[in-house]
Amino acid sequence: MPTERLLMTGEDMRRVISRIAHEIVERNRGADGLVLVGLQRRGVPLAKWLASAIQAFEDVEVPVGALDTNLYRDDLTSRRQPMLRPTTLPVDVDDKVVVLVDDVLYTGRTARAALNALMDLGRPTQVQLAVMVDRGHRELPIRADYVGKNVPTAPDEQVRVRVDDFDSVDEVVLVVEREVPA
Amino acid sequence: MTTRAPVEAAPGTSVAPRRHVLDLDDFSASEIHVLLDSAEAMREVLGRSIKKVPSLRGKVVVTLFLEPSTRTRVSFEQAGKMLSADVINVGETGSSAEKGESLLNTALTLQAMRADLIVLRHPHSGAPYFLARHLTSTAVVNAGDGMHAHPTQALLDLMTMRRHLGSLEGAKVVIVGDVLHSRVARSNAFGLAASGASVVLCGPPTMMPLDLLRPGGTPSLPNVTLEPDLDAAIEDADVVMTLRLQAERQAAGMLPSLREYTRRWQVNEARMSRAKPGALLMHPGPMNEGVEIASSLAHGGSSQIEEQVTNGVALRMALLYQLLTGTEERP
Repeated sequence: MPTERLLMTGEDMRRVISRIAHEIVERNRGADGLVLVGLQRRGVPLAKWLASAIQAFEDVEVPVGALDTNLYRDDLTSRRQPMLRPTTLPVDVDDKVVVLVDDVLYTGRTARAALNALMDLGRPTQVQLAVMVDRGHRELPIRADYVGKNVPTAPDEQVRVRVDDFDSVDEVVLVVEREVPA
Repeated sequence: MTTRAPVEAAPGTSVAPRRHVLDLDDFSASEIHVLLDSAEAMREVLGRSIKKVPSLRGKVVVTLFLEPSTRTRVSFEQAGKMLSADVINVGETGSSAEKGESLLNTALTLQAMRADLIVLRHPHSGAPYFLARHLTSTAVVNAGDGMHAHPTQALLDLMTMRRHLGSLEGAKVVIVGDVLHSRVARSNAFGLAASGASVVLCGPPTMMPLDLLRPGGTPSLPNVTLEPDLDAAIEDADVVMTLRLQAERQAAGMLPSLREYTRRWQVNEARMSRAKPGALLMHPGPMNEGVEIASSLAHGGSSQIEEQVTNGVALRMALLYQLLTGTEERP
């Protein structure tokens, strides 16, 4: 039986979003010329969440896009049937600072695919990466610029970020397949 | 052999990886739905200034067309190329088919060259099923076999309808013309029935498909009805799909005269006005303007004919992508 351990509550996630929103604005000296691009699927509501947090204190409406990385993955034949979701960029990303937003950073292969996908759509001046959880085990030289929480994990564990839009709850859990010693 | 199992929607079931696409009679509503969603994502790629993504790099797609075609062959070729697959076109002329090589030997040769997928257009009904039975490592997509099936045309038609109607559930679709000889109509009937649309088949009684009927003349698919009178059939329709009339049918004695056919079964402005306001007009092409469709309508506001072609490329991209990726499970 898989067991779940709660890593972050909805309230923890809200605080992290608020902190990362401030970090993004601080690093980029304001919110002008920013585009937040969520990676399908759970990165998209997180990107929207960040945008509304930035608007709350900076009074700038940062455009939010969605990016599907499936067409750029290098591991398709070893994965289950891929489900394509829409890619929508509300503005041209040329000469913009794009912040890619995802739920979990793991091997780095999704981020690599996202970079290739983004480069086919335009030429941003800079690309940054924000993630809710960094669980380690990178297979590529990729790191996140903004991290909600670093979680040391074993490869047979899973980190699930749940968001209200899809899961009716905001929380982050660690799923362990084996029995956890008490 | 193709089995005519009852078509049932299976909402919520996951999509089983499929190797071949031969007809829509074994597609569930949810599988169609997933495919159309993927095709919507592919339309975004079609709209880019650089229309190419690397997802099928290193895959080989062969279009084997043993019957004339422009739009279907070019559509598959373009779909494959936009996904970075290598696409090789083999036609009737200039190939060993001209020297009398059998279909099976041609296909086995292509398989030995490590083709990942063969798109087959063939004048004989059932030819793609025959290949699918004999090929061990190469997938087969039916691009039209005789009078039997044309699944990708039907899927692009479903995509076009869904884009405009939102959902196919409960939509009324009238298919007008030579249904008997139409692989487009037959595949559409299966796909529409699975998706919960109601289908009215309309045309000369000599051109109604007996294999879709039970003994006694009632249709064997759910929500499919026959109505030979076009004015009655078109009443309150959401979609009117008219089929190409092949001139040789008159010689075969199935039509009294072209003039009578045009008078009774041509879709024109007066008849379209009986459909729902904003109803869609579709045609799989190539058209005989002035025969099955009035010229003024073919290029008018309700016509979806060019959008069908655009959607066809996106749909075939989604199909190739789904067949050539993700079929193995992670160990």
